[in-house]
Amino acid sequence: MSKQEWPLYEVFIRSRSGLAHRHAGSVHAADDQMALDHARDTYTRRKEGVSIWVVRSDRIVASDPAETASFFEPAEDKIYRHPTFYEIPDEVENL
Amino acid sequence: MSPAEIIAAYTTRLGDNALVLGQRLTELVASGPELEEELANANFALDYIGQARMFYTAAAEHEGKGRSEDDFAFLRQEHEYRNLLLLEQPNGHFGDTLVRSVLFESWYLLLLDALVRCSDARLAEIAARAAKEVKYHLRHGAQWLVRLGDGTEESHGRVQASLDALWRYTGEMLEADELDAAMQAEFDGPDLADIATAWRSNVAALVADATLVLPQDAGMARGGKAGRHTEHFGFLLAEMQYLQRSYPGATW
Repeated sequence: MSKQEWPLYEVFIRSRSGLAHRHAGSVHAADDQMALDHARDTYTRRKEGVSIWVVRSDRIVASDPAETASFFEPAEDKIYRHPTFYEIPDEVENL
Repeated sequence: MSPAEIIAAYTTRLGDNALVLGQRLTELVASGPELEEELANANFALDYIGQARMFYTAAAEHEGKGRSEDDFAFLRQEHEYRNLLLLEQPNGHFGDTLVRSVLFESWYLLLLDALVRCSDARLAEIAARAAKEVKYHLRHGAQWLVRLGDGTEESHGRVQASLDALWRYTGEMLEADELDAAMQAEFDGPDLADIATAWRSNVAALVADATLVLPQDAGMARGGKAGRHTEHFGFLLAEMQYLQRSYPGATW
């Protein structure tokens, strides 16, 4: 019997209301609804979440590791983009 | 029967259903077709074992003879179990296991929803908790029924055969016996005639969704609710009770 692998889905879980969804891992599933069930059964068994997103892994467009230099390094020497030159008054909290 | 006897017997029967299906699903642990389905099945098995514990603990207290949940689960004889015959049927292949669960859970969820409104507060509370679990099981099962029924020629044929083979065990779920009637009269329990009507229409819709054909009622089997079981049940009990029978009182 031939064994065909089900497509891979990436799973994102929001652990509490107000927080953002975070990548939790991946599951195999034959369709979208099954992916949601599998994500629920695999990643929220201990009450880890209040919301789940799943998306086919091959639908995610990712940056190429080989292009890290041109993608990210130009930002390194542009320190003027970081808001580090302001004096923050002592009274301001949570900044 | 006194009210305490009625609620004890009725709760025991609910525990028997949960325990026997939980045991059957447990037999499948470590043989799932995919890692994720393996986890789902093990979760479902654990849900049922958990429900059985709650039902048995309540039954033991109503009974008031100092028995524990373990005495109910492991130290009774075959004829003392009052589970539905449907649930003791062997797992067979994936489609058989699935159809058994869907036929039962589409009825069980209706029963639990009715029990939430019964006058025994504790049973109502357990039913509310169990209903949440079973609602998810049924969602999972119904999706699979459509996948297999509306899938390939082979999956359609095999799951139709599962449905045809298991259909004869659905009759006793829908027929009220003395205990059901007493539960309804004394504790405002479920009306099985109402549930039967809703079940038939829900199952007809599920089966139609899955492009399957609803079997005819013919040669319906009954007896589980009265303690008369099919040949498979003795083997299930032998495996499940082995440890407690061989090493009485053994604990972790």
